[in-house]
Parts: sequence; C-alpha cells; structure tokens
Amino acid sequence: MTTADLRPLSAPAVAPGHRLKWLLSDVATMTWRNLVALTRIPESLFFATLQPIMFVLLFRFVFGGAISTGVPGVTYVDFLMPGIFVQTVCFGAVSTSIGLADDLQKGLIERFRALPMARSAVLGGRTTADLVRNVFVVAIMTGVGYLVGFRITTNFFLYLVGVVILLLFAYALSWGFACIGLSAPNAETAQVISFPILFPLTFASSAFVPVSSMPGWLQAFATYQPVSVVVDAARSLMLGGAYTSTRHVLGALAWSLGLLVVLVPLAVRQYRRTA
Amino acid sequence: MNGRCPNVGKLTAVNEPGAVVARDLVKVFAKGSVRALDGLSFEVEAGTVFGLLGPNGSGKTTAVRILSTILTPDEGSASILGNDVVKRAAVVRRSIGLAGQYATVDENLTGHENLRMVGRLSHLEKKAASTRADELLGQFGLADAANRTLKTYSGGMRRRLDLAAALVGRPPVLFLDEPTTGLDPQSRQDLWVVIEQLVGVGTTVLLTTQYLEEADRLAHQLLVIDHGKAIAEGTPAELKATLGTTVVSVTFADSATAERAVGLLDPLVAGSPILDGNSVDLTVEAGPKVAAEALRTLDQHQVEVAGLALREPSLDDVFLSLTGHRSEGLEFDEPEQGGDHKAAPTPGYIGFDENLAGR
Repeated sequence: MTTADLRPLSAPAVAPGHRLKWLLSDVATMTWRNLVALTRIPESLFFATLQPIMFVLLFRFVFGGAISTGVPGVTYVDFLMPGIFVQTVCFGAVSTSIGLADDLQKGLIERFRALPMARSAVLGGRTTADLVRNVFVVAIMTGVGYLVGFRITTNFFLYLVGVVILLLFAYALSWGFACIGLSAPNAETAQVISFPILFPLTFASSAFVPVSSMPGWLQAFATYQPVSVVVDAARSLMLGGAYTSTRHVLGALAWSLGLLVVLVPLAVRQYRRTA
Repeated sequence: MNGRCPNVGKLTAVNEPGAVVARDLVKVFAKGSVRALDGLSFEVEAGTVFGLLGPNGSGKTTAVRILSTILTPDEGSASILGNDVVKRAAVVRRSIGLAGQYATVDENLTGHENLRMVGRLSHLEKKAASTRADELLGQFGLADAANRTLKTYSGGMRRRLDLAAALVGRPPVLFLDEPTTGLDPQSRQDLWVVIEQLVGVGTTVLLTTQYLEEADRLAHQLLVIDHGKAIAEGTPAELKATLGTTVVSVTFADSATAERAVGLLDPLVAGSPILDGNSVDLTVEAGPKVAAEALRTLDQHQVEVAGLALREPSLDDVFLSLTGHRSEGLEFDEPEQGGDHKAAPTPGYIGFDENLAGR
C-alpha cells in the first residue's frame, strides 16, 4: 500500500505568471468533470438523446403533413431540421441551470470556492460541457434527419457554419441559464423556472412553422425574437435558395455576441454573490 | 450568568500572530434578522488544534466559511498565516484545506477522479495530481475503492475521501467542520487518528464540533461559542475544571417538588442547581459525595426522591452552566446547508458518547 506524505508544505506551490494557463486548465478540468458525470448517468444521457429524436419524428410524421412551408419545392423535413436543431440546443441550456443548482445544493461549490482555482471556471466548465453535449446531439439529429429525408441543399461547409452559429447562440443562452441555476434553491426549481422562458422563445418562432401563418400580433414578436433570427440564419446556410439571408446570419451572430457580453458578467457576478 | 464563566475573550499570549486570526467577526444573515457571528475573536497558534465548540446554529460553520474565503465578513477581519482572507483570498486558498460536515465530493466521479480533480484545481501538474491521488487513497484505506464511483461509498468512506481531498495541496492550515458528525464509532476513531497524525507533522487545525469528547481528545485550546459570541475559552482541562466533572441529576414525582428541592440543594453546588421539569441537575466535582449529601438533605426535609443518576456533563450541561439556557439547536439554518444533519443536537458526553458507550 502506498502512503501519502502528510507533512504540509511550508510555502505552498505558487505558479506566478501562469494565470491564463491555469484559467484554461481549470475550465478544462471542470468541463471534463461535467462530461464524465454525464456518462456516469447513462439513463439521463439516453433520454437526453432520445427526446430530440422523438421531436424530429413527431414533427416529420405527425404534424408535418399539416404544415405548409409556403415555399414551392421545399419539403417540410428540410424546413424543419434547422429549426429543430435550434430548438434542441436551446433546451440544452436547461442542463446548465440544473447542473449548477445541483452543485450548489450538494455543497460542491463550497469546495470549489475554497480552492485556488479561477473563480469563473465553475461557470466556464459547466457551459463548455453543455456546448460539447450540444455538438453530440446535433450530430445525432443530423443523422436521424437524413434517415427521414432531410438533405442539405447548400454544401457541407455552409451546414457546418450554420451549426457553429446555432451552437454559439445556445452557448450564450447557457450563461443566462447559469444565472437561473445560481439563484434557484434546488435543481427541480431551476428546471421549472427554465421552461416558461424556453417555450415561447422556441415555439413562437420560425422553428416549426412559417411566421406568416401566425396572427399579426404574434408575427411581430416571432419575426424579431432571437430564436427566429438564429433559425433563419441556419436555414439560410443549410438550405439556401429562397431562404438565403446574410442579414439573418449577421443578426444571429450579433444576438449571440450581444447576449454573451451581457450574460457572462451577470452570471459571474451572481456566482461571486452566491455564498 | 453566574460568575463562573471562565476566561471570556482571553487570547492566547503569543508574541507573533497566530496561524489563524479572527478579529471581531460579524456576519448577518436573512436580511439582518440573524446575527450568525456577533463580534467573534480568536487566535490559533501554529501547529496546534483549536476547537470551536457550540450547538447547531451557534456560528461555527459561518466562522469556518469566512476563514476559508467562502463568505466575506460584514465586519471585522481574519487572516491565515498573516494573509487577510478578503484582500489576499487567492493566497489564503493555497494554504488551506477544508473538510466539511457535508462530504463535498462529486458522487458521479470515482474516488481517484475526485482527488485528481481537486489536485488539478489546486494547480498540480497532471502527473503530480494523479500520484497524489494514489498516495492519499492508499493512506486512507480507499485504494480498493479508487475506481468506484462515490455512489457505492459508505458514509465513512465518503468522509475519509473528503478529508483526503482537503489534503491534496498539502495545506499548512486545515479546517475541519464537524468532521465526525453522523459517523459510526469506528470511523470516528479512525478519523481522530489521522487528524492526530496531521498535527504531529506540523499542520494547524481548526476543528468545529458538537462533541465534548472529540474536543477533549483532539484540541489543545477550546473556544465555546453561542449565538456567534465567545462564551468561554481555555484548554479542555481548564474548561472541565470550571464546569465540574459530574452531573448529579435528581428526579422528583412532580415539578412542584422539584422546585422546592432547588432551594434545599443550592448550598451543595458552587453555582446554582438547574431545574428542568421535575428534575434538578447539580454540576459538581465530587459526584458520589454530593449525591449522598443531596439524598441526606432531601430526606431530612422529607422530600421524596423518585430517581437519582450520576452522569458525565453533556454539551447541554456546558451551555446551561455557561449561559443559563439550553442550546436551542435549530434556531436557524445557515444558508446553503441542506441535508438532514441539522436535527436536534445529540448530547455528547465527555469520555463516552452514547454511540461509543455501546461498544
């Protein structure tokens, strides 16, 4: 059996001038920890993957027949897939709030606070892990989409650009949900608070139906709200044709960066205050 | 207050500042309604164990959280090895280890992964973090469980891993917040041995506990706190001497008789007898002698005794004799502390906790 040297270090190791290195290392460690935890609860991973697949099948085969894309020659499954990518990654942000609320509740954040790690790494690691999970989910959904008839009608590179844009938006949203997770008393509440925010944003949008089919008062909201802008950007890059719109691509980037500029400091401030 | 309160606010006379220094700490929770700490001051000499003793809600955990940079004080200041916990928090974090009453480890990770994570977050290089994890798992008898997730660990194993996690960075100052609360007697003994080893090699330990027995065994210096204030300070021997070593508890048929007996028994104790329902407690040095005298006195005055017991003073007795009130236990919950450990305090008896008594 090995034994540990229990003697304390008189001058604990300090690594001056390596702040950035250790910040990145801390974020990487926290990301790793969250991803490992994810694989340790296979049920949760299974259902997290199954749900978006069921959404694809539901809209493709149940609702799809009744929805007109409004654009001749564009099938509903092609219209649907960019929308459902965005909807799914947005819902993925809920896991940011649940994860943080859970860590707070279990006292893990206490341990992290007393360690010499970067203050922002708990949030950085959480949001990054959720980003990695979203990459995985989008890849699976693309595969399922292909099986039920979805085709990229631009090219693979533009599809990838579209994916990057919608993942960036989901990443920005994660920081907002981090604030919710840090202020919720427990994981269940964090989840319950998240849905009333996500439902109107994702469903009253251009994700599943053309905005033009909505009543006028709703169209105003649905056209300009960020989820629609990101969906339209993804359609522009993945489908092109009648959906081509540089304005929406730039708009989606602007929304994402704008949200990050506002939400990151807000979440970090909230983290420092939560004790 | 009965004038027996020993050495309140007396600080250990040392020439250089202690390894841990708390000065007039004040922390107010719940929008000003709860003063968790109300001007708490103490100093811990390097290389010693300092015991912070008090009931639930007395402010022990709040003090530890401020000293470990988790919370900032509303007033007052604190320092670890000369570094202010607010202004130089980053430096302080490199010199402290914290093990809590809630085993704060990630239950989805294995034992090895948990320690490696803490090592990396303590800024050890990858190889060093992994080696340190192996060493500590071996040291704490967890080598066989190293690659199992914590869900499969027992309470005692989790607590050992929690302590191991606190030691990853080889900190010179260690905070142990109720390290053995909720543990079985064997695990408690094991943990005590480890803590003694750590102190043997020069670690400064600040220990909070509800158990007099634990404080008695481990601490060089004790501070009893209640409502966030110091109510007594001294070595365990000093405190026990002032408190008396035995409680003579006389029970009567009804509370009226008990009330009558209080006056009769008063001359037998240095302080005053404590009336609790239909029983009267006397905290004294010479238990059997006082018990015999008490029976004689009561017999002379024809007061019928229903029962008589001699016992070691419990934490409750300490609080009664120091403060004149029983420890209120759950008067408030410190925020962010879930779990069910906050049930009414178990009276810990000096010399033998009721858990150990059964062994």
